[in-house]
Amino acid sequence: MTREDVAKRKSPDRVPLAAEWPTQLYRVLKAAQVRQVSYVPDAGHSELIRLFAADPGVVSNVLTTEEEGIAIATGAWLGGSRSVLLLQSSGVGNCVNMLSLVTMTRTPLLMLVTMRGEWAEFNPWQVPMGLATAPVLAAMAIRVMRAETPRDLIETVESAATLAFESEQQVAVLLSQRLLGAKKW
Amino acid sequence: MAQSKLDRREVVARLLARRDGLLVVTGLGSPSYDVHAAGDHDGNYYLWGAMGAAALVGLGLAQAQPDRTVVVITGDGEQLMGLGGLATIAVSNPQNLVVVVIDNNHFGETGMQVSHTGHGLDLAAVAQSCGFKEARMVRDMHGVEEIARALHAEASGARFFVIKVKPENVPRSLPPRDAVHVKIRFRAHLGLHTM
Repeated sequence: MTREDVAKRKSPDRVPLAAEWPTQLYRVLKAAQVRQVSYVPDAGHSELIRLFAADPGVVSNVLTTEEEGIAIATGAWLGGSRSVLLLQSSGVGNCVNMLSLVTMTRTPLLMLVTMRGEWAEFNPWQVPMGLATAPVLAAMAIRVMRAETPRDLIETVESAATLAFESEQQVAVLLSQRLLGAKKW
Repeated sequence: MAQSKLDRREVVARLLARRDGLLVVTGLGSPSYDVHAAGDHDGNYYLWGAMGAAALVGLGLAQAQPDRTVVVITGDGEQLMGLGGLATIAVSNPQNLVVVVIDNNHFGETGMQVSHTGHGLDLAAVAQSCGFKEARMVRDMHGVEEIARALHAEASGARFFVIKVKPENVPRSLPPRDAVHVKIRFRAHLGLHTM
């Protein structure tokens, strides 16, 4: 029996959900007319990154650090494109000063942040930024929304996309570590 | 190597003498003033902060407007803060993006402290290592003329030029600081709506 089989046995109801929400999220972002995506890879975003990479209608950018994505989103909107930034909670710390760019320019920003350091975390190094993620975003005047379940997530991202692109707001949706599942070590 | 004698205002005025459809993004500090001094234009986007952002704002814009040439005009200090961005741009490699660094070897806005390029770092070589096919440094007006022509020529990928200039603080020519106003103006120039 493989490790995956063992995991399926332990939580048979979790597997279909875990497999499905990235596809639903992809559909929501496509419906919101997102044409550019930037990311620093995270396991929680891997399926979404793969779906975008396979989509000829979307330009994907792999970043060396998350703040680059804030600048790219600003340029994209100047040129008429909607974009999304995928990152992990630790990366929010890298973005702080760059967030002034989107608030000063009133550029729509949609960040999807996978949380670490908050639910059954094995790696203590993830904890400080996990605790600081929401306060740091709030300190920079970025609206923080949070999703605890896959259904929550889809509705929240739909709402966040409208807020961002129709009302020129800056929104971070935090995907809770409970939703993503603790990383297996 | 002998210090460059190029005057930054003359250099930038020469680059933008023939605009055609160029879209211009400027890095904070002197490059924003230089571009404004060369003539305010609805197709200019001036940064007053977000150090390290200029080339990447250019990348996002170039990807959104693939039929327009986007020129980023920034300084050595600003580009040094975004070195990783050169790697990101080189991966995407849009043929309509040109990054021009007006390199005076100093942090001019904060008291002329010597920057890394003043200590010998070659930004064009960094860009080459990141994967830019065309990346070079020029130190005379002949080289500037070549770059000015290159802005209107076909390219196979993103380009990166360093222009060494005299380190001096020339009188400021201040672009608007209202980023929302400049954004709306820029988008209207491209035929894009506001709320």
